[in-house]
Amino acid sequence: MDANAIEQEVSTWLSAHWDPNLALTAWRTKLLESGWGAPAWPTEFYGRALPQSLVSVVDDAFADVGAIGAAHSGVRMLAAATLLEHANDEQKQRYLKGIITGEDAWCQLFSEPGSGSDLAGATTRADRQGDEWVINGQKVWTTSAHHADFGLLLARTDWDQPKHLGLTFFILDMRQPGVEVRQLRQMNGHASFNEVFFTDARLPHENLVGRLGNGWPVAVTTLAHERRSFDRNRGGSDLLTRSGSIYDEYRDEIAIANEPYTWYPQRAGRVDLIVDRAVETGAIEDPVIRQEIAKLLTMQRSAQWTAARARAAQQAGRPPGPEGSLGKLAASNIARLASKVHTMITGTDAMLTGTHSPHEGIIAEILVSVPAVSIAGGTDEIQKNIIAERVLELPKETRYDKGPFKEVPRNPDSVVT
Amino acid sequence: MQFGFSEEQAQFRDVVQRFVQDKSPITSVRELMATELGYDPAVWTQLSQALGLSGLTLPEEYGGGGFGAIELGIVMEEFGRGLMCAPYFASSVMAAHAILLTASEPQKQALLPSLASGESIATLAVAEATGSWLEADVAVQAQHTQAGFTLQGKKHFVLDAHVANHLIVAAKSAGGVSLFCVDPASDAVDVKLVDSMDPTRKIAMVDLNDAPGQLLGREGENHLVQILENACVALANEMIGGAQQLLASAVQYTKLRVQFGRTIGSFQAIKHRLADLLLDVELAKSAAYYAAQCLADEDVAADAKAEVAHLAKAQASEVYLAAAVQAIQLHGGIGFTWENDTHLWFKRAKSSEVFLGSPQRHREQMLQAQGY
Repeated sequence: MDANAIEQEVSTWLSAHWDPNLALTAWRTKLLESGWGAPAWPTEFYGRALPQSLVSVVDDAFADVGAIGAAHSGVRMLAAATLLEHANDEQKQRYLKGIITGEDAWCQLFSEPGSGSDLAGATTRADRQGDEWVINGQKVWTTSAHHADFGLLLARTDWDQPKHLGLTFFILDMRQPGVEVRQLRQMNGHASFNEVFFTDARLPHENLVGRLGNGWPVAVTTLAHERRSFDRNRGGSDLLTRSGSIYDEYRDEIAIANEPYTWYPQRAGRVDLIVDRAVETGAIEDPVIRQEIAKLLTMQRSAQWTAARARAAQQAGRPPGPEGSLGKLAASNIARLASKVHTMITGTDAMLTGTHSPHEGIIAEILVSVPAVSIAGGTDEIQKNIIAERVLELPKETRYDKGPFKEVPRNPDSVVT
Repeated sequence: MQFGFSEEQAQFRDVVQRFVQDKSPITSVRELMATELGYDPAVWTQLSQALGLSGLTLPEEYGGGGFGAIELGIVMEEFGRGLMCAPYFASSVMAAHAILLTASEPQKQALLPSLASGESIATLAVAEATGSWLEADVAVQAQHTQAGFTLQGKKHFVLDAHVANHLIVAAKSAGGVSLFCVDPASDAVDVKLVDSMDPTRKIAMVDLNDAPGQLLGREGENHLVQILENACVALANEMIGGAQQLLASAVQYTKLRVQFGRTIGSFQAIKHRLADLLLDVELAKSAAYYAAQCLADEDVAADAKAEVAHLAKAQASEVYLAAAVQAIQLHGGIGFTWENDTHLWFKRAKSSEVFLGSPQRHREQMLQAQGY
């Protein structure tokens, strides 16, 4: 298959079918039928089995005519990637459809109050009753659970096995009485995540993904895709500026998906604002602050060059060096130092928040959002363990959680067996 | 901009690395550092003639290799890793670059080929008692006489002057600050080694008593800014070589040392510290590499080159010292002994931290280069 032939084929199809006057779901149903919405997926499941390297040809052809693609925001693409790899044919047939059309929203039910870094220590339980599984327990940090139709659920099905072996992966219908979603308010005032409580929630046995007791590798698939999409561009395509009802529908979809992330730039420390702020406040004349600004810019720029080195090594087909695994830890250090320098520049005004604080509250939002960056998506401590063990090849931690899970020490407040 | 090394550059690194391992094992470093000469002339000849390193960045017309800052960075990194004892930084980097930038064509033809071949050694004398490399702080006087110029005053922190055939001296005349070539064998020149903390890099004080000096190029054209930037980038690459060696030795030691029935490298307190250090070293490495790439790239503006040169020097010098401090700490008591090798890198790190200006000064210069 060569790029020219694909480009020709998709362009011909688009000129025959793309119609901005269609409703969004009607248009995406056409994508579903043709396979152009998910060209890399198998032909029997709404795709065209194209190699990943040719997907950008299709994307470009869509962009050329301003055609909207398959729904991709939120957790749905993580769900799709997981299902494609681990689900059976009936499940793929049933669920992938609503992912492409955007009719179904998904959430990821992994983290719990008692298991954050130690995700495999989940204690939400699934107990078999006839053809059903009954779910009890609690999840947390669930983005968009209040919009979700389905959840990817990691639950414990066997307490006698070591912890990684007692977990099973399920698809849970979120719209049922046993599922209660509560927004979780963060220290920066936003509520981007939820707590999800299960009280005798139910799911049919056919919603078990993979094999009983084999949930951990399935969850690892989801997490691997999540990590890959961690830095993805959130919106910003020129589709968002076009006029027409289908674009309005698309904009709404993106707005809902992006809503939890409005503070994410502040979480990273907004190094881009530092020099301008120093100039506008006059702090740029202060030799002590100048030193800190220079340290921050040095750290940020050398992290960018380190990432560029990692990409260059990858492109040259060389094995990834240590530079590849350091980005997340560097981002934490940069954000913390940026928060400190913003404070130095802002002075006593750092006591203020909201519209009373500089830049309509953006500076205050930086100060109260930065603490999240070294926790979310793997804490600094976990990152350092990974770097020490995998890159520096230092000995692994002694483990105390190898036996049957029911005997492993747990948090006193987690759900009891 | 190139963020990786080419196949040829990688092979070149292998060659230099093997040379350092063969010719400059730590036992040799310890022997040489105890001598007044401070280097092995036989190794210097091999380095210069078999490998062509002393003329690496000089144009081919002067017998050099015609390579640029990236290849020089590779040599400096490997020399830093192995603490190679040689007047390389003084002669092949600082003095050679100063002559190349300032001297007239006949002067270059007279001076550079023997530097390229390693048959003669030069060094650069800019700093005085304060250690400053700024033009404004040059106080040694150059007097215009009928026979030429004579220089009067003292130069400090002159690397390897005791083995140099030529001193390239910054001095001030009525026409501004210029560079002069001075013969250290002259009776009017007194070169005295001072006790340097880093025994692997010798430092001299140079006393000039109406010493005859040949003006390089034109009066008042000293190019000190570019000479300093070039030296900073080379030194930054040397420092990240040393920092990587320290990290590797600390990692290796913590995997072997057993306390409380387990290797100390299995303790999280130590793993996390080493992970932090790896991050710092990799960031400084990226900056040192990037700065060399900028110097080698004609399309990069002078301000941008200056900015990253200062950035790389400040960052590498702090990271190098931090690596040395951590390496000693992680070795425990043995790390504080003379017998353990860690202190040799610590001392190179400490002297490199302040040579050519402190990290604080370089950060200030970095911001100024950005226009702030």
